[in-house]
Amino acid sequence: MKFSPDEIVFWEYGFINLNLTIVTTWAIMLVLTIAAGLITRNLKKDLQISSWQSLLEIIVININSQIEEIGIDNPKKYIGFIGTLFLFIATANLFVILPWYQAPTASISTTAALALCVFLAVPFFGITEKGFKDYLKSYVQPTFIMLPFNLIGEVSRTLALAVRLFGNIMSGGVIVAIMLSVAPLIFPAIMNALGLITGMVQAYIFSILATVYIAAAVKNIESIK
Amino acid sequence: MENSTLIALVSIITAGVIMIVGSIFPAISEGKAVATALSSLAQQPDAAPTITRTLFVGLAMIESTAIYCFVLAMILIFANPFWNHFIGS
Repeated sequence: MKFSPDEIVFWEYGFINLNLTIVTTWAIMLVLTIAAGLITRNLKKDLQISSWQSLLEIIVININSQIEEIGIDNPKKYIGFIGTLFLFIATANLFVILPWYQAPTASISTTAALALCVFLAVPFFGITEKGFKDYLKSYVQPTFIMLPFNLIGEVSRTLALAVRLFGNIMSGGVIVAIMLSVAPLIFPAIMNALGLITGMVQAYIFSILATVYIAAAVKNIESIK
Repeated sequence: MENSTLIALVSIITAGVIMIVGSIFPAISEGKAVATALSSLAQQPDAAPTITRTLFVGLAMIESTAIYCFVLAMILIFANPFWNHFIGS
């Protein structure tokens, strides 16, 4: 049984190989880029706007308000990163409705890459917002003894982000595969619908957790007290 | 008993035990979390967005322990490194 899209290889040269994960990832990137380009090509400020523009406005406004609710004052600075994460994962999980499609998020390499992006973005935003010295100081809060625990927490939460998304999406695929061999008539479709919900929730969770981590890094220590 | 039989036996039993433990306890704690969230929603419907968001994040945190167990069981059954090593040699 193949339960990772990494195992379907189209082309191989030395250690470089082109598998289904890379193909679908690039396809999703292409779809997102072309869609965003087409929609934002002629934006209007009238009362009559196109339905696509209003869809995009709903998405952007909602992401902005979600980021703001977590405690970041200027969400426009972070929506580029967090919104992209959300849109990519959500689209990747939504396309499960297409036949013969396997979500790239069902491969540990994709989710590890996304989690590494969060892992690097947290110190990046922290340093740009608070300065290098103040950011390093946040590791020895509340006392110096907590330094190793803070460092371990930084690594383990990245691992948890990657494994959570991978496990949820992969388990959906595995359950559908098992159902196909046990009760192939209706149940796989129901489980697929359930996988769709799980995928959306996981996209939300991933971006919310990324926001929480970034918010913890950019918040001033004085303002918390 | 042969080594391969032993490895298969231990892997399958361990995978079962992992799934037992890893589904019972996350289920209990998720039930507790949802029950608490529902009662606080009934008390304070105004705080619904905050409670829902925190509930989702917390559920994901709890869920991830179950997912770790699931991934481990999957590795033990479908991609067992000991088994592969033994078959390969």
